[in-house]
Amino acid sequence: MISFSQVTKRYPGGREAIQGVTLTIDAGEMVFITGHSGAGKSTLLKLAAGIERPSSGTLIINGQNVSALRARAVPYLRRNFGLVFQDQKLLFDRTAFDNVMLPLSIIGFDRREAARRVRAALDKVGLLSREKSLPVTLSGGEQQRLAIARAIVHRPTILVADEPTGNLDAALAAEIGELFRSFHQVGVTVVVATHDEAFAAPLRPRLVALKNGRLAA
Amino acid sequence: MKAWLWNHLDAFGRTITRLARAPVSTLLSIGVIGIALALPVGLYVGLVNLHGLTRSLAADPELSVFLALDSSAAEVKHIGTRLRSHASVKGARFVPRDQALKELKANSGLADVVDSLPQNPLPDAFVVSPRERGAKALETLRDEIRGWPKVSHVQLDTAWAQRLEAGLKLARLAVWLLTTLLAFALVAVTFNTIRLQILTRREEIEVSKLIGATDAYIRRPFLYFGALQGAGGAGVAWLIVWAGVLSLNGALGELSRLYGTRIELLALEPADTLSLIAFSAGLGWLGSWLSVNQHLAGIEPR
Repeated sequence: MISFSQVTKRYPGGREAIQGVTLTIDAGEMVFITGHSGAGKSTLLKLAAGIERPSSGTLIINGQNVSALRARAVPYLRRNFGLVFQDQKLLFDRTAFDNVMLPLSIIGFDRREAARRVRAALDKVGLLSREKSLPVTLSGGEQQRLAIARAIVHRPTILVADEPTGNLDAALAAEIGELFRSFHQVGVTVVVATHDEAFAAPLRPRLVALKNGRLAA
Repeated sequence: MKAWLWNHLDAFGRTITRLARAPVSTLLSIGVIGIALALPVGLYVGLVNLHGLTRSLAADPELSVFLALDSSAAEVKHIGTRLRSHASVKGARFVPRDQALKELKANSGLADVVDSLPQNPLPDAFVVSPRERGAKALETLRDEIRGWPKVSHVQLDTAWAQRLEAGLKLARLAVWLLTTLLAFALVAVTFNTIRLQILTRREEIEVSKLIGATDAYIRRPFLYFGALQGAGGAGVAWLIVWAGVLSLNGALGELSRLYGTRIELLALEPADTLSLIAFSAGLGWLGSWLSVNQHLAGIEPR
């Protein structure tokens, strides 16, 4: 599904965030990428989700070579992913409902079907009663769950989350973990970057450790 | 197809909400565009009205043929037949000198002056309606009749209309120049408002790109915004011109009553109104397209 082969990502200025990584993530796998901050977890996720392009090496996502992909095709590749960002990237000028609607609106879903799906996604993360709330009125845990609802509303085949439990306490983190487990159980490939081992352990995922931009054996 | 339509409706609805959410800035930018457009549009309306006026006045060009004071009745009659049988003359009306004097007395309020004259100073005259209206044909006819014996003067009544026509041609050129300049201004105004919008909505654009929005999807609401703003500006320009014409008509009504005629200015015709709106919306669209293309490339999510 996602296959890295000797992938290096060099940022302007010469810093190499990822060096010679070879890694394959199969469909339906749950993979946690661990490592200290600065180890290259975020960069690896961005590469895996088609947000960044590798500087060298080959990266194949869903059978498509990312380096050879035309710019016009990139949006369609990204629609295979559900993304949960470290900083959530919620839109604070619209309601929870409209935030979750965004991916469906981008794909161009039929309106009534879209509204049904948005409510289903909000229900899944336990925020159905807050659909008219603005994100600022939600707690940290609720905002994170809202971000997850937005990531899964278009039923992506791959869910990619960067530090999804960043500033949540253990109980809330466990809740998020349960959500990920449920997506994994219905066949979604889940790729999560985290430094929170307590969060990862109960889910028993495949662990990939990064150290200074390289895979730690 | 349905999804595509929904997408457009969605973008359109979002744009309307955005316009309504910032009413002051919306009104200001629409007002600026409207005022800029009102200038050439007002001039255009003025020209159309003047043109209509000259056309109605110059619709039937006439030649006044004044005879020599010493021409005899037989000579007058001879000239009359010669005029009526001329190939390029449609008709000729004889105005005898006595009648001319009577009319002058009755119409000009100069009765006292006319009465004090020792003799009638007016010549016999013919008012000739030519068959052709072209300036060239009229001048040829005038020059020919001028050469006849006992004809002292031939007056072509359309000369002033031609002069006005030439002036109007110049004014029309000025309208086009002004329109071109202000079209640039409109594009620039839209370019700038869209640039500000893109900056304030940077986050939304970034997230949309990350989620898989195509450039067309991101561009769409901005293009609608530019086009709507342009159309709104056209509406304001129309209102300004309409109000101007209305107030001028009030003043003109009084003036024309005093002169015993009826002059009324017309506002923009429906076809002109539509093209004004389409033109302005098109320019707004162009301005935002340029702006979006310029600034969107700089927003690549990282």
